[in-house]
Amino acid sequence: MEQFLNDPSIYTLVRGPLVWLAFIVFFVGMLYRIFTTLKMAKKEKVIYPYLSFKYTLRSIFRWLMPFGSISMRKHPWFTIITFIFHICIIVTPIFLTGHMELWNESWEISWLSLPVGLTDLMTITVIVCLFFIFLRRLIQKDIRFLTSTSDYILLVLVALPFITGFLSHHELLLQYKIMLTIHMLSGELMLIAIPFTKLSHMFMFFLTRAHTGSEFGAVRHSRDY
Amino acid sequence: MEFKRKPVTDIGIDEALNRVDEEKIKKAIQWTLKKEASARLKIFVETCMRCGMCTNSCHHYLGHEGDPTYAPAAKVKQTIWDILDKKGNVSKEDIKKYARIAFSECNLCRRCVQYCPFGIDIAYLISLVRRLCCLIGVVPQYIYDQVLSHMQTTNMLWFRQDEWLDTIQWLEDELRAEIKNGKIPVGKKDAEVLYLAHGLEAKYMTGLLTNMAKIMNVAKVDWTVPDTDGWDYTVKALYAQDLETMGKVIRTHYETALRLNIKRIVIGECGHAFRTAVYEGVRYLGWKEPPIPYIHGVQFFYELIKERKIKITKKIEEPVTIQDPCNIIRYRGMGQMLRYIVKELCENIIEMSPKDDHNYCCSAGGGMIDSGPPWKTARIEGGKVKAEQISDTGAKIVIAPCHTCHKGIEDLNVYYKLNVHVKFLVDIIAEVMEIPEEMKP
Repeated sequence: MEQFLNDPSIYTLVRGPLVWLAFIVFFVGMLYRIFTTLKMAKKEKVIYPYLSFKYTLRSIFRWLMPFGSISMRKHPWFTIITFIFHICIIVTPIFLTGHMELWNESWEISWLSLPVGLTDLMTITVIVCLFFIFLRRLIQKDIRFLTSTSDYILLVLVALPFITGFLSHHELLLQYKIMLTIHMLSGELMLIAIPFTKLSHMFMFFLTRAHTGSEFGAVRHSRDY
Repeated sequence: MEFKRKPVTDIGIDEALNRVDEEKIKKAIQWTLKKEASARLKIFVETCMRCGMCTNSCHHYLGHEGDPTYAPAAKVKQTIWDILDKKGNVSKEDIKKYARIAFSECNLCRRCVQYCPFGIDIAYLISLVRRLCCLIGVVPQYIYDQVLSHMQTTNMLWFRQDEWLDTIQWLEDELRAEIKNGKIPVGKKDAEVLYLAHGLEAKYMTGLLTNMAKIMNVAKVDWTVPDTDGWDYTVKALYAQDLETMGKVIRTHYETALRLNIKRIVIGECGHAFRTAVYEGVRYLGWKEPPIPYIHGVQFFYELIKERKIKITKKIEEPVTIQDPCNIIRYRGMGQMLRYIVKELCENIIEMSPKDDHNYCCSAGGGMIDSGPPWKTARIEGGKVKAEQISDTGAKIVIAPCHTCHKGIEDLNVYYKLNVHVKFLVDIIAEVMEIPEEMKP
């Protein structure tokens, strides 16, 4: 296995074509999922005629604002953890200095990059948050009842790129290049998985909120938050 | 954690299952989940992250604290997810379990929807389960009987047209004991208001209809009641998700109003009928909005009081609290109107916590009380948090502008010894409003 991962051709494959593949699958898959959902929604006559832009925005705003909904106020710890987690998981890979170098190297583009110390901290935060989420799933009775194996697999899938990224950066556990290969592979796997697993909630959130927000605001004249 | 429940016998479920085979079940599932449901079912099932934010929002869960099988998402897991996992190959035992969860452990109050980060409409998913049970013919017998009555008579209790007319006549006679020349106009054309009654108002709770007639006469409203079938505003088919019958009943209401050339329909204090008439049934019929205004009792009283069409002479002094019926508050945002009315009628109001559109369901709605005696324990257990809310206020009167909340809380009152009176707005208004001298007999 070590020899396999150490193979220069594997490294080239993982940092070249597979990155392309992952990004294409991610973006095309996401657009495809959104498109098919929007098309399917036409079959249900109660969705489009009642969509309201104003209440969609109200709903999304309330639920993207920390403690914007009664639900979040009733679950303060979980809210804090999930907000920190979601911010870190999105910001870290996009503004990481190491990733920026790669963008710069291939396409000569770059944008704001965060100091290494900060992204290191954010990476650890993601891992710690995931651990809390995992514990919650394991310990809290009502959530354990809902959980199936796939939920744990998803947690691992999301944790892996961050764990391996941290380890490779600090050259821990395995040889730098091997760890880097695993890191890239797991990152690509996660990107590919997003459109086709529950991770698709990252964009489905906006669609479900549009419907429910409009139903509550425009039809039911009450709050969905 | 296992799904453990005390056995309950309901012939509408148990015996109905003896009459069907697995083929029929499969067909109903195919029809409901493949043909009728589409985007919402798919996206809601796929987006649920199983985070458990909805758990504590449900009064049934709070009534059985510690039992995760009562949590909202868990009810979806044990029904919809289960059917999808089994690819529609479910047994009769499964259907029995689904029916029990859908009809006796969820009031479709949509409080959990307010707690879901994705706004997943759990009540919609549960009503899909009801829908497929209904297509198989597995519905609690008490609901089913009322649905059959709706199919044939458009009212909920097998009332014949002549019985309705006869009832109106003797109610008018009684009204004249209190209001000089009081009238209940029947089938009057071009009137301002068509009043529809709750089925029970024509049979066991005629006092409500008399009180409404009193208010109409005192406020000098140009009103009438139907002279044909379609006078009963209830639509129990909504509970069974018998959409076809629901559509038929709603269509009859609007057709009756249009035939009499009425400006608007007014109903009494009922939750489900209002929601069905204003959007559920209207949508089923393919209309975006109701063809003529359909006004709930709360909206109507708000108008009468605000425009000073009736005068309140003495306010109620005992402490009162307000029950927010889901079907008009969470489903139509009448919280402020309701509070305006109550403030005009009562001196001392102590609010429940939480209140308004975050209030808990009475645990009787969504067909649970209509499921009859076999399922009474289920709603009493689910009503634990409502009972605590009420006893925390220390109020002596609970104002519940909904038939279901009214009866549900009355039962909670007896079981949990709350020592309160549950009242309709119409009763309080009739009691405290001024009757002009010239109208007194």
